[in-house]
Amino acid sequence: MKLVAWISLVGISLAGLALANAAHAADKIARTPDGKPDLNGIWQTMGSAHWNLEPHNAAAGPVTALGALGAIPGGLGVVEGGRIPYKPEAAKQRADNKANWLERDPLVKCYLPGVPRATYLPHPFQIVQEPNTMLITYEFAGADRIVYMNRPGSRAQVDSWMGYNLGRWEGDTLVIDVTGQMPDSWLDSAGNFHGPNLQVQERYTPAGVNVLLYQATITDPDVFTRPWKISMPLYRRLDKNMQLLDFKCVEFVEELLYGKYRKGAAQ
Amino acid sequence: MRTLLAIGVIAALGVPAHATEPAKPSAKKYVVPRTESGQPDLRGVWNYGSDTPFERPAQYKDREFLTPEEAAAISKQIRDRSAQLEAGDAGTPIDPTGGYNQFWMDYFGQGANLRTSLVIDPPDGRMPPVQPGVKVENGGLGPDTNGTLPVRFRVGGINKDGPESRGLSERCLMGYSSGPPFVPSLYNNIVQIFQTGTHAVIMTEMIHDARIVPLDGRPPLDPALTQWSGDSRGRWEGDTLVVETRNFTDKTTSFRGAGAGKDLHLTERFTRVGPNRVDYQFTIDDPKTYTKPFTALIPMVRADGDLYEYACHEGNYGLPNILSGARQDEHEATAKQGGTPK
Repeated sequence: MKLVAWISLVGISLAGLALANAAHAADKIARTPDGKPDLNGIWQTMGSAHWNLEPHNAAAGPVTALGALGAIPGGLGVVEGGRIPYKPEAAKQRADNKANWLERDPLVKCYLPGVPRATYLPHPFQIVQEPNTMLITYEFAGADRIVYMNRPGSRAQVDSWMGYNLGRWEGDTLVIDVTGQMPDSWLDSAGNFHGPNLQVQERYTPAGVNVLLYQATITDPDVFTRPWKISMPLYRRLDKNMQLLDFKCVEFVEELLYGKYRKGAAQ
Repeated sequence: MRTLLAIGVIAALGVPAHATEPAKPSAKKYVVPRTESGQPDLRGVWNYGSDTPFERPAQYKDREFLTPEEAAAISKQIRDRSAQLEAGDAGTPIDPTGGYNQFWMDYFGQGANLRTSLVIDPPDGRMPPVQPGVKVENGGLGPDTNGTLPVRFRVGGINKDGPESRGLSERCLMGYSSGPPFVPSLYNNIVQIFQTGTHAVIMTEMIHDARIVPLDGRPPLDPALTQWSGDSRGRWEGDTLVVETRNFTDKTTSFRGAGAGKDLHLTERFTRVGPNRVDYQFTIDDPKTYTKPFTALIPMVRADGDLYEYACHEGNYGLPNILSGARQDEHEATAKQGGTPK
């Protein structure tokens, strides 16, 4: 009970902050002809959440040859309350994942990142906003997801790496419920993971012309003791003629994945 | 085997598609609906499948169109043959490796084309010859192709020495037929078009390629930047969306099996011609590969359904199995000759 009260308190204070930001920004943000916030554009996070969602110190990277260029920056953490509420057995799994990071992290293999990890990778993504459909397309691995704005209550026909995405507007906040994700994706490069029953609710709230507040609530009763939240700003990429470029990383991992099967390779 | 047979049959038929909707404009001019930003509305999911041959079969000579009766008869023949093949597949271990059987096939005409070929220019419906000395390697589902690195074709391979000996689709780098330009193939001829005031996105389901097309008149990319699907810029000419694409890599062909795409200038035109139809026209202009430009027209019809996720690389057990199988064969051959297997 105490825990629940604490969560709702955090929830309310954060929602209050978001609303205050939104109210402040409401008269300044771009809008589509139907009056919704215009989220079209290229966005990117800053920070090191992709390395580890929880607070973490800077550390040497795994590739000796890259030296300081390959070192991992520290991060304040983006999890509300600081820690991910793992069930005891799941906490062991996370530690085991972390100990076997490079062998297990699906992004090392250039797999589609899933949601929310796609959002805070150190690559831009583009929102393409139609009234009934949105496309969010990510530079990393050319991942993309189609968000349906007009079919509440429908369900995924089949699991996928980028999930089944149902969107709706709550005031000026775009809310996307993501279900039907493959169990194989991770949440960061620190071994944080989920199971097959993951549900993610994302909230994109304008906090100015060039900033969105991104929040995601992560629910998976198989893995976590309660739903938990991450939040971070998304910044508009203002570079002149900004566009997403190829990052079709499959080619970059062929030696890693298939080199051992090459003719003449040591078996 | 059955898969190969089926494909062989289609190639042997080599006959054009049926149609129920004449390609000629009707007397009453169609008014193209507009998006909220006032652009012609091309949004939605479209099927570009076709059983019209890409090039005009010799038997039609100068004839550009079939009669609706001829087209319907040919279409029925193709569908009947497909149903026959699919019935033959039922309950048989047609392909223990899990390859494509007839169930997958979706090469039927979409009721929109009376033409005898998809190529509309040159007027003979045939692609122009390639320039002398241009490498042409088509690959295919059968035995390996006798070819050289780099492998730019999509399906098959030149040997099994390493990943780069295989076609780009076996490596999950490009789709079989998703282009650009996209062309009808045996299955998955599905594209979704998205539009905002400033951008269009052409997203083929195959290989989940979302090609983003800025419409804001910005300059092309620096020539040092090359991309698998090129770099696209779009504009409106009347009700037609015109997309010009350059900056292709040296890693794909110019078109089909010919040449290299790095100097390709691709122009695509999307025109809504009815409530449920968009005409897709593309021109291949690459003087390094082809002796002159050529243009194809592919009618697309609205598809009733969603795009699904085509996660090719994530499930690519085929490529490591092909390579490790070849190593195992080598190992066994060495052992049989009394050598010391390594």
